[in-house]
Amino acid sequence: MHAPDGFLQPSVAVVTAILSLVLLTFALRHAGRELGDRQVPLAGVAAAFIFAAQMVNFPVAAGTTGHLLGGALAAVLLGPWVGMLVVSVVVIVQALLFADGGLTALGYNTLNMAIVTAFGGWATYLAVRKLMPRTSGGVVGAGALAAGVSVVLSAAAFSIEWLFGASAPVAFDTVFGAMVGVHVLIGIGEAVLTGLVLSAVMASRPDLVVGARHLTSDELQAKSRVGMRPFLIGSAVAAVVVGVVISQFAASSPDGLERVAIDQGFAESANDHAFGSSLFSDYATAGVSNETLSLAVAGIAGIAVTLLVGGGVVSASRSARRRQMV
Amino acid sequence: MSGAHGSTVTRLYVAGNSRIHCISPEVKLVAVFAVVVVGAVTPRTEVAAFSVYVVAAWIVVAMSGIGFARYLRRLSVIVPFVLFALVIPFISGGESVNVAGIALSIDGLWAMWNVLVKAGLGATMSIVLSSTTPVADLLHGLTRLRVPRLLVAIISFMLRYIDVLVEQLGRMRRSMVARGHDPRWLWQVKPIASSAGALFVRSYERGERVHQAMLARGYTGVMPTMASQRAPLNEWVVVMVYPAVCLGVLMLAVV
Repeated sequence: MHAPDGFLQPSVAVVTAILSLVLLTFALRHAGRELGDRQVPLAGVAAAFIFAAQMVNFPVAAGTTGHLLGGALAAVLLGPWVGMLVVSVVVIVQALLFADGGLTALGYNTLNMAIVTAFGGWATYLAVRKLMPRTSGGVVGAGALAAGVSVVLSAAAFSIEWLFGASAPVAFDTVFGAMVGVHVLIGIGEAVLTGLVLSAVMASRPDLVVGARHLTSDELQAKSRVGMRPFLIGSAVAAVVVGVVISQFAASSPDGLERVAIDQGFAESANDHAFGSSLFSDYATAGVSNETLSLAVAGIAGIAVTLLVGGGVVSASRSARRRQMV
Repeated sequence: MSGAHGSTVTRLYVAGNSRIHCISPEVKLVAVFAVVVVGAVTPRTEVAAFSVYVVAAWIVVAMSGIGFARYLRRLSVIVPFVLFALVIPFISGGESVNVAGIALSIDGLWAMWNVLVKAGLGATMSIVLSSTTPVADLLHGLTRLRVPRLLVAIISFMLRYIDVLVEQLGRMRRSMVARGHDPRWLWQVKPIASSAGALFVRSYERGERVHQAMLARGYTGVMPTMASQRAPLNEWVVVMVYPAVCLGVLMLAVV
């Protein structure tokens, strides 16, 4: 996900950089209000934690490993503003020192990996939390689902940026289908890992978890009725269902790698003369319907990402203000 | 990626005395950023311009004395995107050429070249920057470039504690392995995740202890600034020749 320099057009780089800078400024201010003079050491050490957590390799299947991304985890543990700040710092340091992600790509990398995951994850967390029992199990479940969704949102955000600033003539549908498809799988892993990490923190220091502040100490003590195993299986099933629905939607246009390869490889070279103009006209209409569909997919994905991220920002600033008044 | 051999952050810097090492950090930061921006806005068809950028970048790598082997090893972070770039010609639309019986999109080939050369140039600059500048100097440079001090302070704490936490993680892992922990499948993931959770709690508590230690030393919420000398004007002029040459090449190519 760490896009390098020149991956998207300069215009997208500039617009996303401005957006990220503005939100980063707000995050610095909000985090300062929430943490006071503890801001520098706590945010710094938390950023080091996210960086270190990304280095932990988890087994997936024999020989394959994956790692945590941590955007939604940071939001649930530290609150959306501090979480966004912390993950942004990680992204900036990775670009500046580790050549991981381009310097001119910092705008969209920060947006996709820190802002969308933290606020999208937080909004999802708040929504799911309402459906969960008011126990630490509920916090863990909502956090895990939010983490899975946040990864998919991040992929959707990247695809939308691709629509505006593609550096290659790859159709939006293809990018969206591939990105979201792959990230549904990554999201399942992220959900499982986030849930497990959260449950470990909830077991020892639930008072540290900002996302659990709504619970009273009695509710924290209460034994969760849902065990870890059924929950993990349930969330994996939910993720697969969501993934299948999304991929059906994305792939309902006749696209995907295979299809394009066939188009490019055979249709064009072999049938050019035989069908002449009729094929051409066919192709044109196919192109148009493709375009409307891809615009529809882009529109819906855009609305979903914006709603969730915007909702996260609004609820985050509202809860910050409420805390201040108390 | 393990912290076993030397630390994660301090390992980036390659001690040396080259001309690149001696440039003031703020000047180096601006020059690196300028070169990457010029590269990023150059139209992909200007192959001649890109060749000049690449040759110039390699000259800088050679001047810095960090060694090409080390440079190439660190360049490997862009491999995932190189792989993606190699796929582009196969999945792109538009006119195509036949190469050994396989149709490759011409537009896609250009896009592949675009991603490869720009990502390579950007990563090269970033590698030169972090290999020739000690982290502390880099942070001073950021401060002198008016990056908000709060942000620089958070970054400096992060860099300070990455190695501590990675080391802590290593200790936890070693003690798990010593007790027979050898996970291969996803359902054996719980102990590792629990250790990551424990690491968060420990990190947070460490942050609180650090804060108290800072308070004990008179911290008031503002990080003290170190008195440091600004880079002289002639240094700016000399170093900026590099991005200026790149910009000149871009102008020549476009006009």
